[in-house]
Amino acid sequence: MNMTQMSGAEALLESLERQKVDTVFGILGGAILPVYDALCGNKKIRHILARHEQCAAHAAEGYARASGKAGVCMATSGPGATNLVTGIANAYMDSSPIIALTGQVPSSGANTSYMIGKDAFQEADIIGIVTAVTKYSYQPRSIPEIPSIVNNAFYIATTGRPGPVLIDLPKNIQSEIADVEFTNKISLRGYKLSTEPNQTRISEAANLLAKAERPIILAGGGVITAGASDELIQMSDLLMAPVATTFMGKGSFPENHPLSLGSIGMHGNPAANKLIGESDVLLAVGTRFSDRATANLDSFAPNAKKIHIEIDNAEINKNIEIDIPIVADAKKALKMLLIATSKKLQKAEGTMWNKMVKEAKEQLSPLLKERPKDVIPKNLLITLRKLLPASAIITTEVGQNQMWSALYFKALQPRTFISSGGLGTMGFGFPAAIGAKVACPERQVVDIAGDGSFIMTEQELACSVAENIPVTVIVLNNSVLGMVAQWQRTLYKRRYMAVNLGKTPDFVKLAEAYGAQGLRINSIEEFEKAIKTATTGNITTVIDVPISSENDVVPFVPPGCGLPQQRGDY
Amino acid sequence: METGKTKVISVLVENKPGVLHTISNLFRRRNFNIESITVGPTEQADIARMTITVNEDEKTIDQIVKQVAKQIDVLRVGELEEGNFVMRELSLIKVKVESSKERSDIINFAEVFRGRIIDVSTDSLIIEITGTPDKIDAFLNLMKNFGIIELARTGITALSRGVKSIRIDG
Ligand SMILES: Cc1ncc(C[n+]2csc(CCOP(=O)(O)OP(=O)(O)O)c2C)c(N)n1
Repeated sequence: MNMTQMSGAEALLESLERQKVDTVFGILGGAILPVYDALCGNKKIRHILARHEQCAAHAAEGYARASGKAGVCMATSGPGATNLVTGIANAYMDSSPIIALTGQVPSSGANTSYMIGKDAFQEADIIGIVTAVTKYSYQPRSIPEIPSIVNNAFYIATTGRPGPVLIDLPKNIQSEIADVEFTNKISLRGYKLSTEPNQTRISEAANLLAKAERPIILAGGGVITAGASDELIQMSDLLMAPVATTFMGKGSFPENHPLSLGSIGMHGNPAANKLIGESDVLLAVGTRFSDRATANLDSFAPNAKKIHIEIDNAEINKNIEIDIPIVADAKKALKMLLIATSKKLQKAEGTMWNKMVKEAKEQLSPLLKERPKDVIPKNLLITLRKLLPASAIITTEVGQNQMWSALYFKALQPRTFISSGGLGTMGFGFPAAIGAKVACPERQVVDIAGDGSFIMTEQELACSVAENIPVTVIVLNNSVLGMVAQWQRTLYKRRYMAVNLGKTPDFVKLAEAYGAQGLRINSIEEFEKAIKTATTGNITTVIDVPISSENDVVPFVPPGCGLPQQRGDY
Repeated sequence: METGKTKVISVLVENKPGVLHTISNLFRRRNFNIESITVGPTEQADIARMTITVNEDEKTIDQIVKQVAKQIDVLRVGELEEGNFVMRELSLIKVKVESSKERSDIINFAEVFRGRIIDVSTDSLIIEITGTPDKIDAFLNLMKNFGIIELARTGITALSRGVKSIRIDG
């Protein structure tokens, strides 16, 4: 046995190092001070001081989604912990692996009286608060259990369907000394992982796919998590099946591939929305069939037999009735399905379906009707794609900016499109960009923002400048809360209420006030120049792009309607 | 809201703090209706059994079982197969007694229902009765005529019959 005498805080850091944690995003305070004291002089873990705990959590998620590793954030008790909640909820909805460490008032101790439950200063029952938005949470009550808690937490966060795990650390547990032993053991008898595909289901699915006349693949975020993009491409090529993604699946399939349809949904690509309704077999991989993706369920792929590959058994039949469920790791399942299907398939070139797919793509492509010189979101995003390498990472805020990005910016690689899908958190994109840049310092990271969203977390300019984490923010500045304004325009008879941002701040001066670079553009040429300046420089840059406040995102599937009822002149 | 018959879900969980909160929070958050929930230790001290009764349709029950199974502190979960389990509830009923005639009537009723008198005072009796919820309801109906002063019901607990078991090694 290898026992070492150390404090709980030291045990925590050693455990984090053993998990290969190189970065923690956080803000300190009284109840987490012993951990920060132990961090002082630590050479292996870089601490990045966020300016708001919500952003520490978003940055941890950006780090996680860019790298595939767990991201770590840290806050003090009470308000520090509650400020993390939006970030934790965001990670939960988008199945991102983050570890949230929070300080807590003392549970007991020689010099302190027992405080938990006594409404001590800055006490918040953070575990009670986050139960519904974490995969699991821990509160160590003794120092020796810290290593195994940390091991378990990382294992839970990163395996199966990933998600956030919170560790709440009473202050006395951080500061007291005990004999600690480190192991790599995971002890979780109740944690059920079903990664191995069922052979019978695979061959049923292969039969169905081999006979399909109009097969379509729907790829969700699970494909990215599982690292199954290569298998997805092979599957599509084998079946000559078009691939639509969900919003979260964007990047799982290269959007410049001839069989790519872009994403489906309320503001999905029109060809994807149309074709999914005409398919006879739907192969859905790593998706939870969110309402924003499916729209009205009755008209969602009504004639298709449905195969669902999914690691989370609880997603099977939750929203959509499935004919063949395959509860497994997406990569393993696709590998097996490829072999099984290729044995049964008689390949037919140039089928009717392929013709339909080609025609739909040509007629319904949102990229078609170009007025390439106008400073409108479509042209800006197409230009941006041309200027950025395939490996560049895009984050977005929430609203029209996000939906335009999904429609017009073609993601070519997994983990290069990072956006708040499930929770739709305004303010996510900028701190997530910071986190992504820390994870991938050699890559360009660009946040496509709305003015409303950027104002929500813009204070992280201070963090990005001080910590030297250069990212680019493109503010599509329409002076309104655009997406909500669009709803009021289309669904509430233009009765605008509380969507006008009035005189928005001068984003160029704002950037400069923080010591960042600010640029304003009024033409596509200026935009090109600004992007080059921003991405070649070594400083965070905010590019202010004034645009009309009347732009709509089209198509639009109004709430309650089905995907085929998409509206708008697209 | 009646949507069908009461279904019983048996859950083996880690016997530690916070688990009941996780499960009840899950039901609230997912909009599943709990009729009753009981918890107690099992033959293994570190494992507790939760017995949850719900009144939901088949599709919802499927979701409940899957969502509960997903919880990390849940070791086993299953719906008890209709007609193939036994369930019991225990109830303590304090009944008003105004005359010795009433006293003997109540004692007679209790005997018919295999209840036991566990406390006697000059103007009340406490009866302990165990059985299916139907049986307890029927008995309570009779007692209403005398006047129920206080009532405590445990909620349902249940086990599968015979060899079919929800065990962590099974
Ligand atoms: C934290 C938060 N608050 C409110 C909303 C509701 N909401 C959705 S989109 C939107 C407007 C976003 O405005 P802006 O960031 O300027 O982007 P635009 O739609 O104009 O591109 C609002 C208020 C939200 N998604 N998140």
